[in-house]
Amino acid sequence: MKAAIVVFPGSNRENDAKAALTQALGREPIMVWHRDTSLPKVDLVLVPGGFSYGDYLRCGAIAANSPVLREVKARSEQGMAVIGVCNGFQIITEAGLLPGVLLRNANLKFVCRNVGLRVETSNSRFTSGYKKGQVLSIPVAHHDGNYFADPKTLDELEAEDRIAFRYCGPEGRLDANYNPNGSTRHIAGILNKKRNVLGLMPHPENAIEPIHGSTDGKALFHSLVEAVS
Amino acid sequence: MTAPKITPEIVAEHGLSADEYKLVLEIMGREPSMTELGIFSVMWSEHCSYKSSRVHLKKLPTKAPWVIQGPGENAGVIDIGDGQAAIFKMESHNHPSFIEPYQGAATGVGGIMRDVFTMGARPIANLNALRFGEPNDPKTRHLISGVVAGIGGYGNCMGVPTVGGEVNFHASYNGNILVNAMTVGLAETNKIFYSAAAGVGNPVIYVGAKTGRDGIHGATMASTEFTEDSEEKRPTVQVGDPFTEKLLLEACLELMATDAIVAIQDMGAAGLTSSSVEMSSKGGLGIELDLDKVPVRETKMTAYEIMLSESQERMLMVLKPAAMEKARAIFHKWELDFAEIGVLTDTGHLVLKKDGQVQADMPVAPLVDKAPVYERPWIPTPAQPVISAKDVPAPNDLLGALKSLIGSPDLASRRWVWEQYDHLVMGHTAQRPGGDAAVVRVPGVPGKALAMSSDCTPRYVFADPKQGGAQAVAESWRNITAVGALPLAITDNMNFGNPQRPEIMGQFALSIEGMADACRTLDYPVISGNVSLYNETNGKGILPTPTIGGVGLMKNVDRMATVAFKTAGETVLVLGESKGWLGQSIFLRETQGREEGAPPPVDLAAERRNGDFVRSLIVAGEVVTCHDVSDGGLLVAVADMALAGGVGVTLTTPQSGVPSHGYWFGEDQARYVIAVPAAAAAGIEAKAKAAGVPVERIGSTGGADVVLDGRKMPIQDLKQSHEAFLPTLMGAA
Repeated sequence: MKAAIVVFPGSNRENDAKAALTQALGREPIMVWHRDTSLPKVDLVLVPGGFSYGDYLRCGAIAANSPVLREVKARSEQGMAVIGVCNGFQIITEAGLLPGVLLRNANLKFVCRNVGLRVETSNSRFTSGYKKGQVLSIPVAHHDGNYFADPKTLDELEAEDRIAFRYCGPEGRLDANYNPNGSTRHIAGILNKKRNVLGLMPHPENAIEPIHGSTDGKALFHSLVEAVS
Repeated sequence: MTAPKITPEIVAEHGLSADEYKLVLEIMGREPSMTELGIFSVMWSEHCSYKSSRVHLKKLPTKAPWVIQGPGENAGVIDIGDGQAAIFKMESHNHPSFIEPYQGAATGVGGIMRDVFTMGARPIANLNALRFGEPNDPKTRHLISGVVAGIGGYGNCMGVPTVGGEVNFHASYNGNILVNAMTVGLAETNKIFYSAAAGVGNPVIYVGAKTGRDGIHGATMASTEFTEDSEEKRPTVQVGDPFTEKLLLEACLELMATDAIVAIQDMGAAGLTSSSVEMSSKGGLGIELDLDKVPVRETKMTAYEIMLSESQERMLMVLKPAAMEKARAIFHKWELDFAEIGVLTDTGHLVLKKDGQVQADMPVAPLVDKAPVYERPWIPTPAQPVISAKDVPAPNDLLGALKSLIGSPDLASRRWVWEQYDHLVMGHTAQRPGGDAAVVRVPGVPGKALAMSSDCTPRYVFADPKQGGAQAVAESWRNITAVGALPLAITDNMNFGNPQRPEIMGQFALSIEGMADACRTLDYPVISGNVSLYNETNGKGILPTPTIGGVGLMKNVDRMATVAFKTAGETVLVLGESKGWLGQSIFLRETQGREEGAPPPVDLAAERRNGDFVRSLIVAGEVVTCHDVSDGGLLVAVADMALAGGVGVTLTTPQSGVPSHGYWFGEDQARYVIAVPAAAAAGIEAKAKAAGVPVERIGSTGGADVVLDGRKMPIQDLKQSHEAFLPTLMGAA
């Protein structure tokens, strides 16, 4: 399997993502600069976290209109896997790969902490390494992670088993106290219709070694490699 | 252009004394132009010239075999082995943060990061030391909210983890908060960049953001006292753009990987003035700048404004001529301005041209070398009486006192603050905020990590500047030691009041003496620093606050110690002597309302012996649970460990002549609490005795309560008290 990471001015977790993909792949992913209009032939594109274009205008809005993103979108429609983490989730949502929008956190503050994450489906190449209902510990670090969509879209996401992760308590309980940003229906990550695009706010790439205090993010990258290769 | 006549009023507005202006006339041999006067004003400000502090700072030890660069450059550099260097510094942004907390704090963080990456280092960690007024002061909440958001806003966007720091509250900071920011960076020892210009004819390049009218006279503002009308100074606060700085960081590091740069200096306080003067003076050269070529974002800026602007995110470089096009391409890629604005000359003069006219022509060397140096009069702080624990009323209930202490402003959890900082980005954070020291892994060498901490106990320094200065350094050393790292060097951020008052200058001089003693005994030299004076409002000074930023090296991060109790059934030991020292303790202040007495004395030989001993145990893998004893004393330290691990503890007060409240809440120095497997305890006690380290068994871990001499307090209750203060104050659930 070949993977690429798209780097924008202001991206800042591209090396964290690189470490995670390198660990899973056994070799380094290709780093693609945002001005490149042609994307190398890869099986997976990861759009990393950070503050692309300083979060100016609206998180992810400027990056979503970059030439490389048009190419990412076109390939995703042909089945290439795409994962957007944090700012990457905001970008691919702005670009229309996923429905909904990421609003400012309900308490208006940046939040960095480990959260409980309940796996809502194992039916995707991103989550097949987990069991449905499994509770993971993964960090979040964002200011605008409050997922919002209209009720019809949300019902559709649920009916089509497209909610990948929800914020939860230690035993998997859903509760406003365990939701770090006020997201609708505690949504932390979602899939597209074809199930080849995942967007999520938490950072599985920061939970892949014992030093991180959790290695629960590892299975995501490993299952992805297995499923795609 | 008609040049205004320089009147005594104009001179005074520029913060220059009559004698200083006389010296200006002598150096120039004529009346200076306004631009020249402005340049003298900022270069000779307290902030840039260290004119009141220089004679004392010289007493600090700055050398060690591992020190590559001591004070005098943008930041200090130490050798951490394997061809790697740690580059770090701490700097204040106090006055701007009081006037405009978000931007003041944000640009403080941006400025210190620039100091570090100017030298070729990628920043790998940020810390900050914050001191606010009383929690119920009407301005405090607004200041906390803005400062914390500003630090997060800048550091988070830069993608540099903010891993540690400290927050204190005291009435003396009501009108003058302290915001001290520290950055630690990593470089290769053979790729360190300095500011000394070289090569007559080499081009001088301006890169980064454009120059605006913001921050004009920031350095002069940082060199005067606050008065009621300080709000009017808002326009002198700079505005930060972390996105531009992130691009500047990446562009500079990309250029630094090539062989293009002769010298580089960031434009911080006093902007283009101090950067051009420092680069040329260090190189013993002249410099000629064409100010029409400086990228500006406002029209009709004068030479005076361009030279004094403190617009952020800018750098000045001297490049090798052959590398110009390569460099231009890199900055073009990052969409940053890149302008050739001047050339190095052999005249020894700073020559500034604008609109076809010479706006300034002044000798560089005397601007720096003849800067005034003052040996200001000082008087020692009167000694305070030693308070015996026997004379302090004991509380009815030690655990009740513990519960209120750990919920008090200075001891309560800082989670509300550090959760607003991205402390995980880069993926190398091995110890998050909340422990004794932050630990960040060093990429490239398996197991290697740096420990870092920020420390000062201002109430001790106020009561006895010499002991307090020594204590600040010792506590930094102890915190680095408590995680198992070897402390290597410090940066100091000296925050004091008005140096023209002899009692303030006495605090400064004596705390430096105490710091110097501690640095020598602990082999812990000062490699960089910053002095912030005039921290006063309407004639009232802050508590003297020499903040110490320490860095240490760990070879095997897998053996790092943390404060959390790990499991039940372990034996809890105290290393070091507990004499029940309650003078200046948090216990005395919080339970008796008394901020009194001599602070705990610092026995540097005992610090060294006890610290070296506990570190040897951690490095050998014999101890993984360790906490230093500081504010609040032994019981607070043990409670921290129980809370962090969610594991209870049963304690028994040892039989000694010390009253129990003195024993548990005294703030005697040079102590650590460790928890070890019960079977290993006797062996460790024997080793301690052999090393001459006092050791006492105080209990064992287990359960869900803190039990003291038969009385109980659930950890859950302690946790509620500990976690409540900041969220309640800041109105968050």
